[in-house]
Amino acid sequence: MSPSVPLQEMIRAIRSARTQCEERGVIQRECAAIRAQFRQTDNGGRSHNLAKLLYVHMLGYPAHFGQMECVRMIASPRYSEKRVGYLGAMMLLDEKQDASLLITNSIKNDLSHSNQYVQSLALCTLACMGSAEMCRDLAPEIDRLLRSSNSYIKKKAALCAVHIVRKVHELGELFVPSARSLLSEKNHGVLHGAVVLITELCERSPETLERFRKVSVPDLVQIMKGLVISGYSPDHDVAGVSDPFLQVRILRLLRILGRNNEAASDAMNDLLAQVATNTDSTKTVGNAVLYETVLSVLDIKSESGLRVLAVNILGRFLLNNDRNIRYIAMTSLQKIVSTDHNAVQRHRGTIVDCLKDQDASVKRRALELSLALVSASNIRSMMKELLIFLSSCPPELRAHAASGIFNAAERYAPSKRWHIDTILHVLTTAGGDVRDETVPNLIQLITNTSELHCYTVHKLYRALLTDISQQPLVQVACWCIGEYGDLLLKGECQETEAVQVTEDDVLDALEIVLQSHMSTPTTRGFALTATMKLSTRITDNVDRIRSVVSIYGSCIDVELQQRAVEYNALFKKYDHMRAAVLERMPVIQKNSLAGLLHVFESIQSFFMLLLASAPTVTVYEKNGVTLTLSCERQSESGLTVTLTASNSTDSDISSFTLQAAVPKVCNKHPVYPPELTAVKPPSNRISYDNVEFGDKCTTQCYSEEYSRSNSSRVLMTLMKYLGTR
Amino acid sequence: MKRQTVTHRLRFLLLFSRQGKLRLQKWFVPTSEREKKKVIRDMIMLVLPRQPRTCNFLQWKDLKIVYKRYASLYFCAGLEEHDNELLALEVLHRYVELLDKYFGNVCELDIIFNFEKAYFILDEFLMGGEVLETSKFAVNVSMEQADTLQETMEEYMSKPAY
Repeated sequence: MSPSVPLQEMIRAIRSARTQCEERGVIQRECAAIRAQFRQTDNGGRSHNLAKLLYVHMLGYPAHFGQMECVRMIASPRYSEKRVGYLGAMMLLDEKQDASLLITNSIKNDLSHSNQYVQSLALCTLACMGSAEMCRDLAPEIDRLLRSSNSYIKKKAALCAVHIVRKVHELGELFVPSARSLLSEKNHGVLHGAVVLITELCERSPETLERFRKVSVPDLVQIMKGLVISGYSPDHDVAGVSDPFLQVRILRLLRILGRNNEAASDAMNDLLAQVATNTDSTKTVGNAVLYETVLSVLDIKSESGLRVLAVNILGRFLLNNDRNIRYIAMTSLQKIVSTDHNAVQRHRGTIVDCLKDQDASVKRRALELSLALVSASNIRSMMKELLIFLSSCPPELRAHAASGIFNAAERYAPSKRWHIDTILHVLTTAGGDVRDETVPNLIQLITNTSELHCYTVHKLYRALLTDISQQPLVQVACWCIGEYGDLLLKGECQETEAVQVTEDDVLDALEIVLQSHMSTPTTRGFALTATMKLSTRITDNVDRIRSVVSIYGSCIDVELQQRAVEYNALFKKYDHMRAAVLERMPVIQKNSLAGLLHVFESIQSFFMLLLASAPTVTVYEKNGVTLTLSCERQSESGLTVTLTASNSTDSDISSFTLQAAVPKVCNKHPVYPPELTAVKPPSNRISYDNVEFGDKCTTQCYSEEYSRSNSSRVLMTLMKYLGTR
Repeated sequence: MKRQTVTHRLRFLLLFSRQGKLRLQKWFVPTSEREKKKVIRDMIMLVLPRQPRTCNFLQWKDLKIVYKRYASLYFCAGLEEHDNELLALEVLHRYVELLDKYFGNVCELDIIFNFEKAYFILDEFLMGGEVLETSKFAVNVSMEQADTLQETMEEYMSKPAY
């Protein structure tokens, strides 16, 4: 073999460049020389020049000016030039380039060349970058070559046909007869090509699939048997397995033929069992064949014994020392976990062990599979493992693990206490990676579990004392302490050891959260509101709360400042309403809106705003129509909202539509439709045409629409929820 | 559930050094220049930081990536979703064996200075993303004969005077 000296000299020159800049200089000079050479007519070094250009192209430099040279080289009678020309075509031309069409004719000619190596170049290039038109043009030629007596050409023609079928599906029909006859070849290369071609044809056309299913299954089984039980064949042996590439492709074709068909699946049953049992699984190559066998068994209508055998092979894979094998096993088990759930459950122990694997890919797969295997019967033990995993898992998997754990807990929690404990555990371990709706979801769960209020608040208080860095946990803890602080102070609890807590202790804890630089503004809001709520649940330290609240009245954070001012107002002007305003929250429905969070926090805040303003408020005054709202508390749980509409224009006003919306949050409590009395003043009437009473939930607007300047809008929204208090 | 047409084949094969220099690129599906550059960049970024004894398989977008390090070169293949990763490892290994037989104890420099030969060998082994010839010997024989043809032709056409 003659080394291409000019090419290698150039490569040496480029590699000896010490900087990127120097390299660019060398390449620019070389490219200029190459371009000059291209412009010359026939010279002996053409192939070297193009090869140089291709090297430069691989380094990432532009080489489009070489496209036409490729076309010229391909048309050359010299083999060395054709060889490099075709290589250039495959590297520089693709079907989108115009120049690619120009080589169609050369390819056509070369396909009929007397020398098989020239034919091979054409076939290879067509299979690499042949466009749909080229494929249509040359398909009959390829079919002719499929029937040639030359194995070397036949195998290449087969894969070229595969490319043609991929590009132009309809041409598949053309190749069916030849493909069939190729199955009786002895040459492995041709056989392999034939199997690939038949696979492609069957996947594209159900009719073709039917035809091959009828005639080819026995042949394929025969060929496969020959491979499996044959003795050592030096030509095709790979670590004791005879032609694994061919075996895998045959298995894949059998899979397609046996899918959804009892008869075909029966015909291949024995063979698959034989392959599964006889293949040596000590090396990767044997496992590659076993893997394909397992995939085939699981995909066709195999009998149950065979299926169990397949799943057991996967189970064995899970115990293999080779990480790749373990990874493969888990991806396969993941695919069948829903269909063959019980079979996979048998290997749960091994899968859970893989959670501790060093490799991140294996860990990820193990997590997915473990989450899929959680069921009502194994929830406790699985959760233990998952929580251990969560504490040491890589950061990129934490969020996924946390949300998987929450889902599992929600579906299969054996008891409410267990559920709450699990969520708290996750918040302590991976609080920073949980989703936003975890906090309102947890709060909702807690309020719904009234028997555990005491237990929960004790647990959360203890957690708060230990660590205030995990924001979701701190938020929930503050909320609970605010709501159930009285239970905490009582000092007794059925479910857990009670802490002896004084009012000062509790207020200290909240103040630490308020003042800590680790607390986000949202968290501080929670803490402030909780402190305020405690003013009705404690007896001695109300003054302390008063002073905390007034301090925050001048806080830089606008949200905190606002709340503090409102709470201050509650202390000063509306002290008589304080207890009612701050009493326990009602049990709420499950609601996944993030706005729910704001509701908890804002609900009391807005109520107080209303009270801070006058009891009767003019809400709308325009074009002679005036609307006023007034609230009157009838009883502990009943509130009447009166809307007075007056018309001071000269004419009647008609089509007055009243819509009252109630947040879904509060629909456990009855809201009575408004009674309408049309007031008939001496002047003009307003007639009510339309009254609608719906339960649109508008929790979001609490935080978004709220603005002091637009009090009329605010009050309209207030009206919407006030009806239930 | 309607079954989509599933094609099993390699999408691409890349060889790059431990410093991230590309030594060979073969694309089995039409890919724009920009897309090629992006894939190469992504593969290098994904594969180079991998620790020695980790899994040889990765997930990248909708493809499975199979890679193996041989001396100073990374061999990296992109597979479609339903392809057999273990077999892909065998494919990479077979290609290395073919290079080794042809160059005699192959090293990265051989592939740098004779890159066109590396491509010719690849084209005798894979075509259209599928395995073309499953016998090592057959590939070697084809390469020898093609090389002889080239030399003969060149002799016939009279060698350039270098």
